[in-house]
Formats: sequence, C-alpha cells, structure tokens
Amino acid sequence: MDNEENSLLDHITQGEYKYGFVTDIEMETAPKGLNEDIIRFISSKKKEPEFLLEMRLTAYREWLKMSEPRWAHLRYKPVDYQDIHYYAAPKKKQELQRLDEVDPELLQTFEKLGISLEEQKRLTGVAVDAVFDSVSVKTTFSETLEKLGIIFCSFSEAVQKHPDLVREYMGSVVPSNDNFFAALNTAVFSDGSFCYIPRGVRCPIELSTYFRINAARTGQFERTLIIADEGSYVSYMEGCTAPMRDENQLHAAVVEIIALKDAEVKYSTVQNWYPGDKEGRGGIYNFVTKRGMCRGSHSRISWTQVETGSAVTWKYPSVILLGDHSVGEFYSVAVTNHHQQADTGTKMIHIGSHTKSTIISKGISAGRSNNSYRGLVKIIKRAQNARNFSQCDSLLLGDQCGAHTFPYINVENKSAIVEHEATTSKISDDQLFYCQQRGISTENAIGLIVNGYAKEVLRHLPMEFAVEAQKLLSISLEGSVG
Amino acid sequence: MLIIKDLNVSIQDKKIISGLNLEVKAGEVHAIMGPNGTGKSTLAWAIAGNEAYTITGGSITYRGRDLKELSPEERASEGIFLGFQYPVEIPGVSMTNFIRTAINEQRKYRGLQPIPAPEFLAKMEENKKLVGIDSKLTNRSVNEGFSGGEKKKNEIFQMAMLEPTLAILDETDSGLDIDALKVVANGVNKLRSKDNAIIVITHYQRLLEYIVPDFVHVLYKGRIVKSGGKELALELEEKGYEWLKN
Repeated sequence: MDNEENSLLDHITQGEYKYGFVTDIEMETAPKGLNEDIIRFISSKKKEPEFLLEMRLTAYREWLKMSEPRWAHLRYKPVDYQDIHYYAAPKKKQELQRLDEVDPELLQTFEKLGISLEEQKRLTGVAVDAVFDSVSVKTTFSETLEKLGIIFCSFSEAVQKHPDLVREYMGSVVPSNDNFFAALNTAVFSDGSFCYIPRGVRCPIELSTYFRINAARTGQFERTLIIADEGSYVSYMEGCTAPMRDENQLHAAVVEIIALKDAEVKYSTVQNWYPGDKEGRGGIYNFVTKRGMCRGSHSRISWTQVETGSAVTWKYPSVILLGDHSVGEFYSVAVTNHHQQADTGTKMIHIGSHTKSTIISKGISAGRSNNSYRGLVKIIKRAQNARNFSQCDSLLLGDQCGAHTFPYINVENKSAIVEHEATTSKISDDQLFYCQQRGISTENAIGLIVNGYAKEVLRHLPMEFAVEAQKLLSISLEGSVG
Repeated sequence: MLIIKDLNVSIQDKKIISGLNLEVKAGEVHAIMGPNGTGKSTLAWAIAGNEAYTITGGSITYRGRDLKELSPEERASEGIFLGFQYPVEIPGVSMTNFIRTAINEQRKYRGLQPIPAPEFLAKMEENKKLVGIDSKLTNRSVNEGFSGGEKKKNEIFQMAMLEPTLAILDETDSGLDIDALKVVANGVNKLRSKDNAIIVITHYQRLLEYIVPDFVHVLYKGRIVKSGGKELALELEEKGYEWLKN
C-alpha cells in the first residue's frame, strides 16, 4: 500500500483529467429529442418483446407528468431533454464472436483506460461486460459462469434470452414512476447489465462492468438488474471513466438488486466521470437511482461507493429490508473538488423484524465544491428490534468548500435502536507541516491523510478496486491545497 | 554544518528574530535557553521551513546549501529533524504507515530504493525499545489520543527512525516526568556522534544534566545575548534571566 502511496505523487503531478479523449467511431444515432416514436424506435432496434415496450411507454407517460426534483443541495443549469440523442450504438458489421473482431479503435480506447479485455481475461480473472455507448461489446468468462448457471450478460441479451426473469424482476425494486430520473431511464434505457445467480451458488469471481460515455450529447441510460437467488452470493463491481467534454452530459442510470432468502450481494462502485474543468465548465450530470431489496430472510445487500467524478452527483443507493434478519450496508467516500457538487447518501427502509443497517459516509470537500450527505433511516411499525448505526464524517480542505449533512430518521417502533454519529474535520496546515517536516510532500500528505480517513470504507472494496480507488482519491484532490 | 548569519524572521509582519548569529558544527550539542516569547521556537520553525515564518533578512545555510532554496520536505530529507513542542495528531494514519512513508520519501530524495520490510521492522523494534513504547502505540494513528509523555517519546522515536544529521528538539522536555525525561535524553544521546549535531531548546537546566551540551546560548528579544559552556545553564538556573537583560 505504501508503494501505492508513493506512486501517487507521480499521478498527482500529471494534473488534468487523465481520461479526456474521444474515440471516433461511426455511430448509429437516433435523432435528438424524446417522444413516443423515439421510444418505439429504441424498442424495435432492440427487438424487444411487447411487455417491455409497454413498460417504456407507461414510464414515459408518467415522466411527462413529473418534474425534475429540486430538493437536493445542488445547483445546475436545467437539462434540455429535447436536446439529447436517446439512442447511439457502435455500428456492428456482424455478430462478434471473438475479441479480434471488435473494432480495433474500440479496443484501443479500452487499452487507454487500462481495460484491455485480453489482459483482463488472461491475468485478473475478472469477467468484464464492457459497455461502450450503451451497447455491450463483449462478455468474457461467460463459459465459466455458464457452468454454474450464472447468467451475466448485457441487459438486451437478457431481454432476448431470459424475458421471464426480466419481466418478473425489472421494476420490482425501482418502479417506473419512482422518481423523475428513474421514469426517464425506464422509458429510454439503452442497455446495461444483467446478472442472475442461481440458488445456492457462490459466484467465484468478481463480476465487473466498465461504463464509458463517449458520443457527444448522448445521454446514458444504463439499466442494471442483479438477482441473487436463495443462498447465493455475488460481488459486483462497476467502474466508470468518461472523456473530456464541454457540454454537460446527462447520466440517469437505474440499478436494481434483489436478494432472496439467505442471499448476499456486494455492489462496489468507483465513479470517476469527467467532473468539469477547474472553472466548473463541462462535466457529467449524474442522476442515479440505485436500490436493493432484501426480499428474503437473512439476506444481505451492501453498497460500497467511491465517488470522485461528475460535475453534479445525485445518488442514494438504498436498501429495502423486507426479510426478517436482513442486513443493509452503505459505505461511501464522496470527493468533491473545484466546482463539483454532490448530494449523496442512502435510504435504509426497515420493514422486517431484526433487520440491521449500517451507514458509513465519508465526505471530502476541497476547492469551491459542495458535498452533502443525505440519508434516511426509516423503521416502520412492524419492524421489531431493528437496528441502525450511522456515521457521517466530513473532511474539509481549504476554506471555500462546503460540507452538509441531512440525516432523516423516522422511527415508528419503540424497540428500535438507532445511532447516529457525525464529525467534521479539516486538514490543517499544522498537520501538513508536520508531514512535510518528516519529508512527506504536501500532495503526498493529503493522499496519506485522505486515504487514512477513507480507510474504513476502502477496506470494503475488492482488492483490485481498492488500489484504484486510493489513487483516484489523491488524483481528485490534486491542486486543492497550495 | 549549520550557519545562521544575521537572521531576521517575522510572523505576519511582526519581527520575532533580529540579527541572530549561530554556528553549529558536526559533533556538537547546543542548548538554547531563554525566557518565554523570545523567539526560540521561531528559530526552530524557521530552520525547518514553516511558511508562516518569513525570513526577512540574513541567511541559514546547512551543509553549504541555502535553506531558503529548499522546501520543508527537502530540508527534512537533507537530514534536518524538528522535534515538535506540540506534536500534531493525524487521525486515520497509523504511526507505522506514517514513519515508513517518511523514511521512503527521504530515501527517494536521496536516490535510494524503499526500505526493505525486514530492515524496517527490525529498526522499528530496536527504536521502540530505545524509547520504551510498545506496538499498541505504533499501531495507533499518529499522536491520536497519546498522552503528553507519549507524544514526546514518539518524537524521539521518529528521530531515531529517521536518523537525521541535525536534530532540533523544541522543548521536548516540557511536561515530562523524570523517567520520561531520561528516555528522551537516552534517545538523544544515542544519536550523538561526530557526524551529527543537536540543538536542544529548553527552559530547564534539568534536561541538560542528561544531555550535556557543548554550548549554551541565551536567546533574548530575538537575538543571542550570551553564549557559554554547560556551566552557563547552571548560572541561569540560579540567577534567572534578569541579569542578562541589560
């Protein structure tokens, strides 16, 4: 880990956002704007069954009646939803069977990102379902997973091959009218990932998806559905980078997780989308709905997120604790620098008895950014002996940033035990000088302190992710002191 | 080794040190004494390179290099160590991780590879024994929740780990009981060699019974008003500082 910390310096000094490049690939793009015809176009492009088109249209009609939420501690220019292409896919000449059939430029892009599929395949033992501009390009390791009966494929493929599962579970955790962005996603989602772990199966590898936004003014509407059948286990990782752009790019993803009896799902995210430049120009708008449902007793869902990117983040990975003795966890590090804004947190809804939830949120704000934690702990009347522990810490660098905490606690059952702890601290000049006096540069000292501060969350990440996340934290804070 | 010439230091336009001269040669131990607020700590911080302390005149050269040209971390890597009067707490960063990072950063500056793990561990064990701290302490976050005595011992521990060529100890003895004082003195004496120099800033003669200085200087109103041998410390203990004020 220390070597990692040492090499951070090199990364830090590189300065500007590292992944800012654009790939030139012919797109097949729907005209700008949104109406029922566009939705029918998307659906027919994807050869979807009738029920899905109906779902999209219903969601669209509901969306029309809704308005963009304004309660978050965020400020941004309104999004023009008619100025967005809702469908874009890399042109395919034929069905791809082998890696060398993939567009070489596409492969190069992955390599720049450090996600060479071949390398991934050979060295890391991670199955990668690489999502490039909405359409999945290649799924690896599927054979290994197939033997265990695990389904891990693009959402579109799942719609074709496993329509019953999609029909049963899609929208069961995040209904199409749940919120403005979820409704929009349901109406226009392009692709995403699908994962089903059969009863009693422990998925032997970390499942991982890399998302990347590429085409200009192309909204990204990913849809992820993870179903863990009784007694199964899966660890799922999602990581993102995006190229530099001047226009704001909208992203409104939906992730649904269902854990049946005794099942466990770990969902980890390292989010590093283009945050805009130092003056706050450009950057991704990230409006995501992530929610899991612990349906069966003794089931468990945990969200771990490291959020360093995006100009605006609006994201509350939540757990509905329906099954008795089910457990929900939320571990989060959210970094904002320059003009970034984040309003993020979680909701833990306790319905079953003896349900337990843990919330550890670590906000780090620097520059002129604003970082808010917003969380709800709700314990309904029938939830006997529910427990929650929340810890929300804020770390400030400099004196022009903001950290805010909005905890909502709603307890209707007297047997509940709910704890909430919160701290706010600052990296002081004294701390930095102390480190410097021992030979540690300011940038490295910040890396050291920030990683120490975030340790409690980072340790919940899978190993390969933790290393990446450590680097990211320091890169994101580059230039924040000085 | 260390040559300070006609040094002037200000904090936010307030002049603290004016016209200070001092030379410290390798192998020497210097004690700097004086009443409160005369600039003892300021001198230490100026040598270490804290930005809040502006050098408005004169120079500090260390082994022929003008320290003005070097950042605080570069000065540290050049072998200057400051034992803080009030060591800072750094939550979340374990002592072990902190000291290993510091050692490796300094090694990098000197063009060396990171310290091999077995060597590092052996050094840790040796120095923990030297200052009488146990693993419980080194596994904790830097100075977090340490008692006053533990913090001071920890400064000496870090000094022993980093093996500086010039150590400046800023009132490391204040608030220590006699046992802790002996530990501190022990650590300092171990560092003492013909190649290293030590500057001890203290109010009390007591520490100098254990760390016998070659020179004692009295700092008053930002300059050295009297220098002498170790007997000067005894004289100060007896007479106070009043007699020097004229």
